[in-house]
Amino acid sequence: MKIDHSLPLEYGTDQNQLNILGFWIFLGAEIMLFGTLFASYFTLVDRTGSGPSGAEIFEITPVLIETIVLLTSSFVIGLGVHAMRIGRTKAMITFYAITLLLGLTFLGVEIYEFMHYVHIGAGLQVSAFTAILLTTLGTHGAHVTFGLVWGFFIILQVRKHGITPETANKSFIFSLYWHFLDVVWIFIFSFVYLKGMM
Amino acid sequence: MEFFERFAIPHPSAPIYASMVAIGLTVIAIVAGLTYFKKWGYLWREWLTTVDHKRIGIMYLISALLMLFRGGVDAIMMRSQTAIPENTLLDAQHYNEVFTTHGIVMIIFMAMPFIYALMNFVVPLQIGARDVAFPRLNALSFWLFFMGAMLFNISFVIGGSPDAGWTAYFPLAGNEFSTSVGTNYYALALQIAGLGTLMSGINFIVTILKMRAPGITLMKMPMFTWSALTANVIVVFAFPVLTVALIMMTMDRLFGTHFFATTNGGMDMLWANLFWVWGHPEVYILILPAFGVYSEVISTFARRNLYGYKSMVASMVGISFLSFLVWTHHFFTMGQGALTNSIFSVTTMAIAIPTGIKIFNWLFTMWKGKIEFTVPMLYAVGFIPIFTIGGVTGVMLAMASADYQYHNTMFLVAHFHYTIIPGVVFAMIAGLTYWWPKMFGFMLNERIGKWAFWFIAISFNVTFFPMFFTGLDGQARRMYTYSEATGFGPLNMLSFIGALGLAVGFALIAYNVYYSTRYASRNISADPWDARTLEWATQSPVPAYNFAITPQANSSEAFWDAKKKGHELFKGEVQKIHMPSNSGVPFIMSCIFFIWGFSFVFSLWIPAILATIGIFICMAQRSFERDPGYYISVKEIKETESKLRGA
Ligand code: HEM
Ligand SMILES: [Cu+2]
Repeated sequence: MKIDHSLPLEYGTDQNQLNILGFWIFLGAEIMLFGTLFASYFTLVDRTGSGPSGAEIFEITPVLIETIVLLTSSFVIGLGVHAMRIGRTKAMITFYAITLLLGLTFLGVEIYEFMHYVHIGAGLQVSAFTAILLTTLGTHGAHVTFGLVWGFFIILQVRKHGITPETANKSFIFSLYWHFLDVVWIFIFSFVYLKGMM
Repeated sequence: MEFFERFAIPHPSAPIYASMVAIGLTVIAIVAGLTYFKKWGYLWREWLTTVDHKRIGIMYLISALLMLFRGGVDAIMMRSQTAIPENTLLDAQHYNEVFTTHGIVMIIFMAMPFIYALMNFVVPLQIGARDVAFPRLNALSFWLFFMGAMLFNISFVIGGSPDAGWTAYFPLAGNEFSTSVGTNYYALALQIAGLGTLMSGINFIVTILKMRAPGITLMKMPMFTWSALTANVIVVFAFPVLTVALIMMTMDRLFGTHFFATTNGGMDMLWANLFWVWGHPEVYILILPAFGVYSEVISTFARRNLYGYKSMVASMVGISFLSFLVWTHHFFTMGQGALTNSIFSVTTMAIAIPTGIKIFNWLFTMWKGKIEFTVPMLYAVGFIPIFTIGGVTGVMLAMASADYQYHNTMFLVAHFHYTIIPGVVFAMIAGLTYWWPKMFGFMLNERIGKWAFWFIAISFNVTFFPMFFTGLDGQARRMYTYSEATGFGPLNMLSFIGALGLAVGFALIAYNVYYSTRYASRNISADPWDARTLEWATQSPVPAYNFAITPQANSSEAFWDAKKKGHELFKGEVQKIHMPSNSGVPFIMSCIFFIWGFSFVFSLWIPAILATIGIFICMAQRSFERDPGYYISVKEIKETESKLRGA
């Protein structure tokens, strides 16, 4: 394997560069996926049938917690990538672990939020609005859940092999994924919750 | 017993029972044959676990041909039923199932794998690459497509076929009107195959952007590679829309949500919109690679370089962009305002402009060329006038107000067959014949091939041209019969005769494969057509590593320049070559996906959960695996090269 040392380790081999470009294109597809969900959400948002509307069910506190937790985690994983670039394995693992813990907190609050919705009569089957709301949030939540497991695997691998071109590449790609989820959340926060509560 | 009842088919009939028996016997025969000839190991090592783009291409090809047969049988059944008025060969329900599966099989499980067959085989060779960017992901793409196809195809013997049309409009596709599990099959089989396609899309974009041999700048790529790039960009942006739409459909059908159901705020038109936001780009995903094939074939057999390279590229990029802006033309009649309809009319007609540019470029390429009418060239030359009829009728349909007359009549059916058959199917047969010697090391018989072409080209027009008239006279599509008083009888009979002719044409192609496999000379050069692009610069059949030395290009026709202008393709010494290792995981994972899909179709939640866990275990395996690949030594390469050159 040829390693080009003029580039950061995660870009160091040909395959690494392919992986990163491939992942960016995958994120393009993910944008389309969430874009479609948002478009459907805007189409169905007022079609509440006999169920409640957004303004009636949204609560600011859990949403704020989720937002703060997720934004912080995105910052922390940035620190993790920085630690990786300067070769500090321990620091990197710590930052990645904190990221995942924050992600887990987010997920916990989101599960609470979902149970709350079901409890107050805004379950999945109630109306077109609740269906698209919970599907959009749920798709994001499922991505976070997937990310938690994936990130955990990456931590295990960095612990075992150290920072190599391969693990650096994976960790970096994971950080892209995580930032992306954060961006999606910002849209959800603005266009689903804020717009819905106004 | 009650448990098993759900697997029974709701509308059994003698042909379905016969198919069950036939499927059972075929499976037994295949298993017995593999066991008797001790081929299980070979199958596993050489095919099921392969990550080689060429072998994956060939597997796509075989699947596509099988599905062409299945879709063709559906077509013959439909044309037989409508051949005479008030025929009772098929009842309404059965007819609904047949036209639904015909559409899906032909578009998703025949045309798509066919274009991916050619892309897989040809694109890495044309750009002088060793393989695609992610060989193992490529294997996963293929197997997901394959399992999706299998899942879809078992529907008619287990649980019942989908019957709501390939467009599956709501509320028809909802639980209320589609009571069998057929539409569940639709949602899940398309979902699984679609995931595979999306991965292919990413794979090919990265391959083409990053793995070109030295000298192949973007504007020096062969036209087929350009067409693959544009088509895959559409894939990446269009398929996620289908993913979401299918998830919603599945949830409506299995979990009682109200996305598209018409109660509690659900909106049936949302499905129609999402479907066509994917669906219209999808037809351009099919046609662009076909355009690519024609560009290669026409310039090879007119013995001239392609006229207007830059405008070809620009028009493909233009088409891929416009293809996302026209979807509403599929439902002009379904209640948008006049303004919306006008806008989409204009964008739709605009697509005819870049398409027209391409047609003229092909004509100019042939102009003053020394045209050689080989089989691929016949298809290319036949394509131009026939496809133009498809395009012109497309523009007629694009006039929103006129479409009130044409919509959902046989006129529409004639239109899209006039685009898809000369466009996609002709191109695929042309490409198949053209690249066949590269794939298998011998050529298909030209004489039989020409017979097949004339049968197909003439019968095609006999089949579909009458539909323009019956359509204008008001014969609706998707109707299983009509009364004698309508007067549609004779023209439908003509269509039926044409359909039989088409069947003969395709049978001739199958016979040609058999005949040439047995009798064709193996003693052919690596460049039997005197072609122009890099894939012809390596041996036939292509060795696993593609090129012993990475080629250096100077133009989009580097091989031609090497032959005629003394350009040096292969500089330097042979070096050892790094190869990816085979893996059984893509196949196993796709099998689990099959079980996953099947469990969802029948709402069997325990197996569904187990399969989901299985899928994640496969992904975890991938995450932890360290796969260094292996090297082919210089000695081995030299031996292979001299053996292939000697032969
Ligand atoms: C000049 C280019 C084209 C134009 C202006 C055009 C226009 C249209 C319009 C307006 C419709 C909808 C008509 C209706 O439902 O009443 C339609 C349907 C269709 N077109 Fe085209 N088209 C063009 C090229 C193509 C190509 C290249 C393909 C495929 C490779 C294609 C495949 C189809 C299919 C499959 C349908 C019908 C789908 C269905 O309802 O089942 N078209 N076209
Ligand atoms: Cu269209």
